[in-house]
Amino acid sequence: MRLPVLLFVALLAAALAAPIGAPYAPERIDLASRREPPSAAHLFGTDELGRDVFSRVLFGARVSLAVGLFSAAVAGASGVAVGGIAGYAGGAIDASLMRATDAMLAVPRLPLLMIAAVVLQPSIPWLIVLIGLAGWMETARVVRAELRSLRGTGFVESARASGASHARILVRHLLPNAAPVIAVSITLAVARGILLESALSFFGVGVRPPAASWGNMLYQAQAALATEPWLAIAPGACILMTTMSVALIGDRLAAARGRNA
Amino acid sequence: MTTLPRFLARRCAEAVPLLMVVSVLVFALIHAAPGGPLAIYLANPQVRPADIERLRRALGLDRPLWQQYWTWLWAFAQGDWGYSFSDGRPVVSRIAERLPATLELVGVSLAGALLVTMPVGIITAVRRGRWVDRVATLASIAGLSIPAFWFGLLLQIVFAIGLGWLPSSGRATPGSGDAVDRLQHLVLPTVVLAIVLASGWSRYLRGSMLDTLAQPFILSTLARGLPPRRVILRHALRNALGPLMALVTVDAALLVSGAVVTESVFAWPGLGSLFTEALARRDYTVLMALLMLSASAVVVFNIVADFAHALVDPRIPAS
Repeated sequence: MRLPVLLFVALLAAALAAPIGAPYAPERIDLASRREPPSAAHLFGTDELGRDVFSRVLFGARVSLAVGLFSAAVAGASGVAVGGIAGYAGGAIDASLMRATDAMLAVPRLPLLMIAAVVLQPSIPWLIVLIGLAGWMETARVVRAELRSLRGTGFVESARASGASHARILVRHLLPNAAPVIAVSITLAVARGILLESALSFFGVGVRPPAASWGNMLYQAQAALATEPWLAIAPGACILMTTMSVALIGDRLAAARGRNA
Repeated sequence: MTTLPRFLARRCAEAVPLLMVVSVLVFALIHAAPGGPLAIYLANPQVRPADIERLRRALGLDRPLWQQYWTWLWAFAQGDWGYSFSDGRPVVSRIAERLPATLELVGVSLAGALLVTMPVGIITAVRRGRWVDRVATLASIAGLSIPAFWFGLLLQIVFAIGLGWLPSSGRATPGSGDAVDRLQHLVLPTVVLAIVLASGWSRYLRGSMLDTLAQPFILSTLARGLPPRRVILRHALRNALGPLMALVTVDAALLVSGAVVTESVFAWPGLGSLFTEALARRDYTVLMALLMLSASAVVVFNIVADFAHALVDPRIPAS
């Protein structure tokens, strides 16, 4: 648990400290030093406009991590709401909400988001909302399953007998018991959000230049793969480090609950 | 067996409203575009407003939205998927000509992923907690965490640009295209797709092997003196294989939907790159057809997986 957490915290700190840590402004164009390989002056080299790749990776981290974390918050909140209502209400409400969940799961996520991004041309905050809205289904399913298994247990009956309202039973009694599964599914949503943002930006429909994100740096890098391969290394390695540390944290969280340990 | 046909009929009946929901979603998304499906023409200064008005009427875009939806859905259900905005050809034939490339890439990748999954899943379960398990677990988490497009770029840098062993993109060298050449083109995209699939599958097989190995009947077969190898391969694996096969079947929907990221990175001329090409040209009829096709494939392959699972395990339809 320690290493992935440390890695993730370090990445987060680097992103927050980008304005202090970056040796150059991320959008500073220096045509005299274009397409330079990595050196002491430019740790990760420069791109076709002479911008410092290291500085852009640091500032890109802010975008990529923000999209990952906030989209997971959107996905988690909507998933808990849908799954909570379905699992608590049961009956026709449950059936129709779960049909909607199945329908959303049947549509391939990335292509759907790519079309949505092309159609709506979202700014970064809207991109966060879109990615979040494409990712609530898994959380909704696990929350519903957890609530179904808790329904009719003694403590719910006793809360109801002592006059607690539906909302109170759901929020104060049921959801806290579902907290561990919610935590695991939100952790997975962070990794997925970062991957989705990078893929959208790689296809040129996510975070738009000149703002840097790890995905759109790779979009640029693809065009110059043969001549400046270093452009493709750092942003991709950062994505992998982030998603892997998050996935490992999620794995340990799940293992702590005794599944697949 | 009387419950099985009924089970199947129920699953198929459930699929219809599900696909209706999907179709509404897809239709609404396309029509949410500023300027609607004709946005690409609005942006073109060579197209006069009168032409756009004529197109709008010809395509029925001036009618109420719900009417357009029903017309589209009805035609779609009958196999009339309209005409491509970018070259005017029927969407069905554009999809049909791309299908073989996707079938080839995804088919080979599914087989390759299965070949990796079987030994890895079994060994990691049996040697749970040992170094083999730890290394394989870390590798599979890496495989699930790596952006497929970056993995593809890395392979291109190393094996196509650096070493020059393999072609970086396409399905065949124009003008050549013999068997060896086609095989060389297939290697890198297959590696990307197979490794991503195998990462998920082997973790899944490991989990279901562990569940099976913990059951009392395993202990009893061991106690009867059967050799452990036989217990693992004949008794445990047979029971753990059902859930894995269901997952493989569900993932096999890629055969019809195409691997969008992998195909695009390697310019593999299948359905996945047809999607990104159509996206770049705002070719909405093609995009809608591909999205509906993928969703239908997911639904159908899920039913097939349930059916296969029910055939193997008679307890399933009861639940």
